[in-house]
Amino acid sequence: MNLSCPVPITNYDQVTLAHGGGGSLSNQLIEKMFLAELSNPLLNEGHDGAIFDLPGKLAFSTDSFVVDPIFFPGGDIGDLAVNGTVNDVVCCGAIPKYLSLGLIIEEGFSMEELWAVIQSIGKAVRKAGVQIVTGDTKVVEKGKGDKIFINTSGIGWIPKERDISPKRCRPGDVILINGNIAEHGVAIMSSREGLEFETSIRSDTMALNGLIEDVFKVTREVHVLRDPTRGGVSSALNEIAKSAGVGIEIDETAIPLAEEVKGACEILGLDPLYIANEGKILVILPEKEASAALKAMQNHPEGKKSAIIGKVTSDMPGILRMKTSVGSTRIVDMITGEQLPRIC
Amino acid sequence: MKYVEEYRDLRLVRKISEEIKKVVSQPWVIMEICGGQTHSILKYNLEEFLPKEISLVHGPGCPVCVTSLELIDKAIKIASEKDVIMSSFGDMLRVPGSEKDLLQVKAEGGDVRMVYSPLDAIKLAKENPDKKVVFFAVGFETTAPANALSVVEAKRQGVTNYSILSSHVLVPPAIEAILSSPDSRIQGFLAAGHVCTIMGYEEYIPLAKKYKVPIVITGFEPVDILQGILATVKQLENGEAVVENQYSRVVSREGNIPAQKLLKDVFRVIDRKWRGIGNIPRSGFALAEKFAGFDADKIFDLGKIISPESPLCIAGEVLQGHKKPTDCPAFGKECSPENPLGAPMVSSEGACAAYFHYRKIRN
Repeated sequence: MNLSCPVPITNYDQVTLAHGGGGSLSNQLIEKMFLAELSNPLLNEGHDGAIFDLPGKLAFSTDSFVVDPIFFPGGDIGDLAVNGTVNDVVCCGAIPKYLSLGLIIEEGFSMEELWAVIQSIGKAVRKAGVQIVTGDTKVVEKGKGDKIFINTSGIGWIPKERDISPKRCRPGDVILINGNIAEHGVAIMSSREGLEFETSIRSDTMALNGLIEDVFKVTREVHVLRDPTRGGVSSALNEIAKSAGVGIEIDETAIPLAEEVKGACEILGLDPLYIANEGKILVILPEKEASAALKAMQNHPEGKKSAIIGKVTSDMPGILRMKTSVGSTRIVDMITGEQLPRIC
Repeated sequence: MKYVEEYRDLRLVRKISEEIKKVVSQPWVIMEICGGQTHSILKYNLEEFLPKEISLVHGPGCPVCVTSLELIDKAIKIASEKDVIMSSFGDMLRVPGSEKDLLQVKAEGGDVRMVYSPLDAIKLAKENPDKKVVFFAVGFETTAPANALSVVEAKRQGVTNYSILSSHVLVPPAIEAILSSPDSRIQGFLAAGHVCTIMGYEEYIPLAKKYKVPIVITGFEPVDILQGILATVKQLENGEAVVENQYSRVVSREGNIPAQKLLKDVFRVIDRKWRGIGNIPRSGFALAEKFAGFDADKIFDLGKIISPESPLCIAGEVLQGHKKPTDCPAFGKECSPENPLGAPMVSSEGACAAYFHYRKIRN
């Protein structure tokens, strides 16, 4: 929690129903807290919505965030809500520009924690180079929510030469990932009440627009981009294999995985392939483009541990298989339900 | 990861695989008892390393799978009561009872929590003194000591709102039930390494002798399992039938004596109904009389619960090794991990779920 700046609202320690009522307390929240941190010309208009131009084709995405706990090692619900939506827009091949921000706050939520979340949102949008241009706040009675839920929607524009879609995945393509998997899910788990265990594992939450723009600088032939969030790498690749009607084969020993995460998964009986990531992206492109893309990714701070983890095949369409660490091959299925609820 | 990676060594796996192929001269049917072993066999597709002569049959060693429907219905009934917090391990919450599972009880407003240890359930009891906290204690001899300890701790700390619903089951009586069945085709066993960590392996010696089957105490990593299979096949080929200990880095002949003492003190051995298999004499643990105050079975008067099992589900035959999950007409159709008819499709250690997730690739 970042408490370096004093909470700008001092007459209330907690959020009350009136803060969402549209009256003067709502205004105080907007003026002193939201605009103080998120100010930009479009938001400052104070209009019912934002009016803007964007070039070319647009990509539009939305996501809701209910993570528990709201502050976790490596991040919080605020930067998660920004990065998650930015990355969804990035996965459409778009350059993300504008975000909406909807807050549902439980009555009694501490003003200090709200400020920390808003500051974290501010930091994340500045880092990703996007702006919050419209927003809404509702307060629900105590017990009807859980501290704070956030919805963000994002819009971005797609440069002409780009055509990104899971259906474009082709036999002969290779699959790259920008670093260690399963860190977000394990970080959340380690801080979850009742499951506490000591680790230094931090969530990987981050915006990936900078990294992917660097990839587009070296190749125009990216076929698929996918952020393996809930359900992890296995669910993302299963979906792609099914949607494109191709087979995918990954190599267990090539998948970047921190020792500590591996150990935590062994103890808790979890499979890292099914655990959520919030700062990872799968990049699928023709093999001839792979080394340039890999280099570009490894040269970016968000992709130092990037690796080629598998390939796309024409046999076994719709199926994800994995060469295991002992040299056998097995099918990696979709996960059933959640290994752990409310991770994002 | 030290002490794990060594047992996932590619070259060692290949070497043992070659040895098995050299030793084997005829078909053999071997059962791995423990669900953890089944999981590992399918996760690493270890059958790829075995000659076609060897058939592996997945045993009843998944505690979630063999917990009787009556007991699950009982847990569901208790969890539905006001002022109760029902806690258990994750898998147990999704096991279908006659009408619903514990997660549905939670959705209906029941307080159902997933815990990683029974000691966390005691913590819950202390934090919620106005609630009755029940821990649904499942497992073989491996998990029984921790659950026993929770009762001892609750008594020592005077936590009177804590109780356990014991569905503990024991391995040797299950092996005996399988071997004494007239249609048994099992010729050798990989015994469950972690059960033997607690209990040692003396009780398996008379079984090996009486039924003339090799029993090899086996670990859970690829190298462990292949070594266990190699030792079993060697015995079978040589006409031997003794108990061998592959998992000697963890298991000793006498086992964990303080844990055994604790079990003897806290539990009594009872006849237990196994899901899909039926009643097995002296195959379960119930709380001893002196801990009756912590026995959810006694605290909650639920009357007699009779729960018939789904006629489509062949879990019993799968658990006894008569059939493979894929022999079931409902497999992957009416029964899937999203909509399980029987418990082996729920738990990650269940043979059906393991087959569903990690089914081997047939070219």
